[in-house]
Amino acid sequence: MSAPLPAVRELAVRHRLQWWEALPWAAGLAAFVAFPNYLAFGTQVLVTILFALSLDLVLGYAGIVTLGHAAFFGAGAYTVGMLAAHLGWTEPLSGLLAAALVAGAVGLLSGWVLLRTHGLTLLMLTLCTMALLEQAANMFSSWTGGFDGMPSLSFKPILGAFDFDVLFFRTQYLYALAVLLLCFVLVRVLVFSPFGRSLTGIRENLLRMHAVGAPVRARQVLAYAISAALAGVAGAVFVQATGYVNLAVLGLERAAGVLIILILGGYGRLYGAFVGAIVYMVLEHTLSKAYPTAWQLGLGLTLMLVALYAHNGILGLGDAVRRRWSAR
Amino acid sequence: MDLISTLLGGLASGMVLFIVSVGLSVTMGLMGFVNLAHGGFAMLGGYAIVLSMRHWGLSFPAALALGFAAVAALSVVLERALYARLYRASELDQVLFTIGLVFVMIATVTLAVGPESQRVLLPAWLDGQTDLGFLRYRSYSLALIACGTLLMLALWLGFERTRIGARIRAAVDNRRMAESLGVDVGRLFTFTFALGSGLAAVGGGLGAEILGLDPQYPLRYLAYFLIVVAVGGLGRVTGVFFAALLIGVLDFVLKVEFPKGGTMFIYALTLAFLLARPQGMFGKRGA
Repeated sequence: MSAPLPAVRELAVRHRLQWWEALPWAAGLAAFVAFPNYLAFGTQVLVTILFALSLDLVLGYAGIVTLGHAAFFGAGAYTVGMLAAHLGWTEPLSGLLAAALVAGAVGLLSGWVLLRTHGLTLLMLTLCTMALLEQAANMFSSWTGGFDGMPSLSFKPILGAFDFDVLFFRTQYLYALAVLLLCFVLVRVLVFSPFGRSLTGIRENLLRMHAVGAPVRARQVLAYAISAALAGVAGAVFVQATGYVNLAVLGLERAAGVLIILILGGYGRLYGAFVGAIVYMVLEHTLSKAYPTAWQLGLGLTLMLVALYAHNGILGLGDAVRRRWSAR
Repeated sequence: MDLISTLLGGLASGMVLFIVSVGLSVTMGLMGFVNLAHGGFAMLGGYAIVLSMRHWGLSFPAALALGFAAVAALSVVLERALYARLYRASELDQVLFTIGLVFVMIATVTLAVGPESQRVLLPAWLDGQTDLGFLRYRSYSLALIACGTLLMLALWLGFERTRIGARIRAAVDNRRMAESLGVDVGRLFTFTFALGSGLAAVGGGLGAEILGLDPQYPLRYLAYFLIVVAVGGLGRVTGVFFAALLIGVLDFVLKVEFPKGGTMFIYALTLAFLLARPQGMFGKRGA
């Protein structure tokens, strides 16, 4: 037998950890030390990374384009909020679990109904599902607080030892970082597992996956539910960290925002969520402070340039540069 | 009587939805291009129309014509210079590009005109009420309904009875086949894109009275335009017409009858409809 082809060799080692994969976490800890006054913003970034990561699982790997992912972020957020406000259930870790279960159940149910469609129809169906949840949260105001939401929620210390830090967000930042790390490991294991490979197969060639007998619908629905559960965890961390929940957690703005963030960073590559969230949010934060009226100009031009020149986001641009470099 | 006047109000807003969305449906059906900036063209047109009337003293019809021409010209430039580079790109890159374009449009309008909402100065002959015999109703809404119906007829004739319409229909149904028969789909697309953007501009101006006009317009109504296109079926002029009227009327009537429910019913109905008929009213199955 001859030596394996380079492509085969590449496939056999692609799941192995690379040295640079430690960098984001080192950077996350370094930011904790370097920017003690920006930890509230940093926590928001971490939550957004987790949210974008959950979207990457369905969009980047399973190829399901959705415009309603904030439905699950919101489901998780409201679960934690309502448990705390009405039942006094303020233990954070079990709250995360409850949020994941509720959001995952919503994902399982809606995925089972909606994933028989695709394209524009699926886009609109996911959008409508999210809008229905939003209107429901608005109408049942005795439970959800309606338009104003539920302000000033407080949660028990994490593991009974680490108090939430209302002023400087130190605990919240590390908490969000730890949750993100756990979820990231889960997603990473998942996408390189046979399950993840079959999702990629469905994305690349639906007909062939049907032909080889893969349970296409079931795989898609399962991926959708897992992604929904992770988005719910992101929403739950958001509420626990900030201590409030309102209608903005499940609006179109949040759903479109996370979609843009993921495409900007690069989908289907795990780290696109990190790059996209950091670039987008830092750009938005600094531009809106410096130019309160015209900040969208810079943001819009960035998005247009990336779309025109960087096929598959900022990380895609990095790939193209590296290929050109090694071709020399 | 009340029911009829509510229905007329709904029809008028449905007509506005139709005029704005029809171009989006055809361009999406033709190239599969996800153009989320379509509402932006409507907004730019609305501003051109309102501002040219206020500052240059143009009459309402002249301003509408100017808005149509200006936005159609702008869209041709954008299409040739920027959109054309993305036809072969993934639809997600198209989403990123067009959302970026919307942000740029919003910022430009905010900088140039300001964030406040604009009002249209209707000419006196449209501002009053018209006696229909059995009912007096706002002249402007009646004019909108007439305009939309005429436009629908013109577009229908253009689509069904002219050579260029036949080419567009052929390209929507099967682009590769049309291309191998010698139809220049690229040029066809530039033409429909310009026409669609121009119509959106007119819709932005005509509808400013109903939908309002401010820099956030393209994002606020994006979902509505997309719902109309999805319910009508991609690339179907008649589909967009009936979908727009249906949604306009239902939205109007339900908001009047059940003010607490807000927009909930529209989303619920769209959900039910698209689950039952994923290809839209007149769309082709499997398209």
